[in-house]
Amino acid sequence: MSGVPLSWYLILSAVLFTLGVAGFLFRKNIITLFMSIELMLNAVNLSFIAFSYQLKQVNGHIFTFFVMVVAAAEAAVGLAIILTVFKNRATLNVDEVDSMKY
Amino acid sequence: MDVILFLVFATIAVVCAISVVVQTHPIASALSLVGVMASLAVLYLLLGAEFIAMAQVVVYAGAIMVLFVFVIMLLNAGAESKSGRSLVASWLGIPLIIVFLGLMSFFAQRWLPFADPVRFGAFKGGSPRDIGRALFTQYLLPFEVVSVLILIAILGAIVLARKELD
Amino acid sequence: MEFFVISIIKAAVVAFVLLTTLAYLQWVERKVIAHIQVRPGPYRVGPHGLLQPLADVVKLITKEDVLPPHVNKFAYLMAPFLSVTMALISISVIPFGDQFQAFGYTTWMQLTDLNVGLLFILAISSMGVYGVALAGWASNNKYALLGGLRSSAQMISYELPMSLAIAAPLLMANTLSLREIVQKQGGYAFGFLPQWNIFQGPMPQIFSFFIFIIAAFAETNRVPFDLPEAENELVAGFHVEYSSMKFASFFMAEYANMVTVSSLATILFLGGWQPLFPVTLGSGLVAPAIFAFAGIVCWYHALHPARRGDRKSLPVFGTIFLLLGAVMLVPSVAANFMPLFWFAGKAGFLLFVFMWIRGTLPRFRYDQLMSFAWKFLFPAALLNLLLTAWLVAWVS
Repeated sequence: MSGVPLSWYLILSAVLFTLGVAGFLFRKNIITLFMSIELMLNAVNLSFIAFSYQLKQVNGHIFTFFVMVVAAAEAAVGLAIILTVFKNRATLNVDEVDSMKY
Repeated sequence: MDVILFLVFATIAVVCAISVVVQTHPIASALSLVGVMASLAVLYLLLGAEFIAMAQVVVYAGAIMVLFVFVIMLLNAGAESKSGRSLVASWLGIPLIIVFLGLMSFFAQRWLPFADPVRFGAFKGGSPRDIGRALFTQYLLPFEVVSVLILIAILGAIVLARKELD
Repeated sequence: MEFFVISIIKAAVVAFVLLTTLAYLQWVERKVIAHIQVRPGPYRVGPHGLLQPLADVVKLITKEDVLPPHVNKFAYLMAPFLSVTMALISISVIPFGDQFQAFGYTTWMQLTDLNVGLLFILAISSMGVYGVALAGWASNNKYALLGGLRSSAQMISYELPMSLAIAAPLLMANTLSLREIVQKQGGYAFGFLPQWNIFQGPMPQIFSFFIFIIAAFAETNRVPFDLPEAENELVAGFHVEYSSMKFASFFMAEYANMVTVSSLATILFLGGWQPLFPVTLGSGLVAPAIFAFAGIVCWYHALHPARRGDRKSLPVFGTIFLLLGAVMLVPSVAANFMPLFWFAGKAGFLLFVFMWIRGTLPRFRYDQLMSFAWKFLFPAALLNLLLTAWLVAWVS
């Protein structure tokens, strides 16, 4: 029984990354933008693990681990920033946060 | 069997990802993103990355997305109103994105024509023992730096989100 | 092919036994709390109230299933489903006993043994937070939202000390697979002391055990940490807008979580299905002795009945217990079921402690509960892990 060609995993990673980019460019809600960033990071993780399988080494897994940790730190600080922006400007629409002075 | 599992979970991942991008209400996007992460965890298991698969569910789906869901509930984010963006952007942008995607897939196919196919159980180096060994010998410095990074992130989040004592 | 058939049979048996256990756990809890409060508890529906869970199921199924118009339908319908699914999935990696041999087939009394089994249970319990949070939010009700947020914040806060308390015996066991953790606790020091993790050198895991049990109470939203869901606080918290089967799902999920954490505590700290003293010293006779004692007590009370229905029901129970005791003396049955008896005994004792504490302690206020987690339990778990790590490194 044959396995799955490795390029299919990379194509899936490309599809997810592109969907993340599309979400980032076309959505207006700050939180949805943030979630598109997380989608891009997940797509990249899949690429790392796929290459780690091909080269039969564990380094790709370590890199994925670090990407996850950095994504967690970024999510915590980013959501705190979003809360502060919401407290000051009462909006979650990125189009309305367009001047330094409020 | 590998092919069927891959196709099922890849389809779930792509459908949930499209749902993340298309849904108007942020909670629906967040739940679809949890679906993406869970199906990616299964794909990691198929690629032999068992520790990373469990870490994905514990860290990403179980903690980061819970944080997202909390913030959406606390801010009472409602459904997005209709976009005021120009139609030109979407009519031009979406085909360009598809072309970008096509190029990336083409290069992905070309670089690895002879990689051995992915079979469940073929790669046994993803166990917690191997990851722990690599983390604590070869990658010790990044590991310690990342711990400090998390500490800084915790401090930053607490400072940003606390109430000002006026 | 035979592997698939055996797996399907095992899954069906585990599912059936688990669902029956969940229903009868509620009966046991009501009886235990009733006797702590010096009253009989469910008594009339069937002998000694044994058919009460059945009556409750009939009631819950036939009750009107209200779908309030103001709720967010998708999240409202998905939340109890998520809770129950995550609670029931964790049972699939728990080893209930040793190898089981029947009709020429040998199989383990465990549905599947992942080599990251412990991480799997942690992952599934992290996903269980979603059911509570979504239920609170989808109900479109201030009290439900507050209850849901408090409950999910409590669950994630107590996940930290729980994971650190789990990490300490893992340092000694050196494996994440649950079956191997139990197998490493076999053997006896000096020929009769059990090598369970709470007794085993270099560091007896007593502190981890207590930290884990306290965190487990908070994870499953049980007294004294049940402020987010108690009926007289916040109008029953996150499940106030739920009725009939969906409400029953939340309670089934809570009992299934209780069973999971008790089983996990048994496996990690109390030696799983390993007996208390070696078979050579007669541990094969403990099960028949306990059943015989129960049978004799039932017959004694049948002959001096305290209440009217006892004259007919207690002899039946007494005979059943004596027969079970006799069956456990048969060697082939004993070889298969004795580990299951020990596992069920230890996990059952922990479940009894859950119910005992519910009948005894008052509940914590929410800020007391959260500061207890972050200011006391988390540093205590860290110190315990540090101490275990030093001792393990020093010895090896």
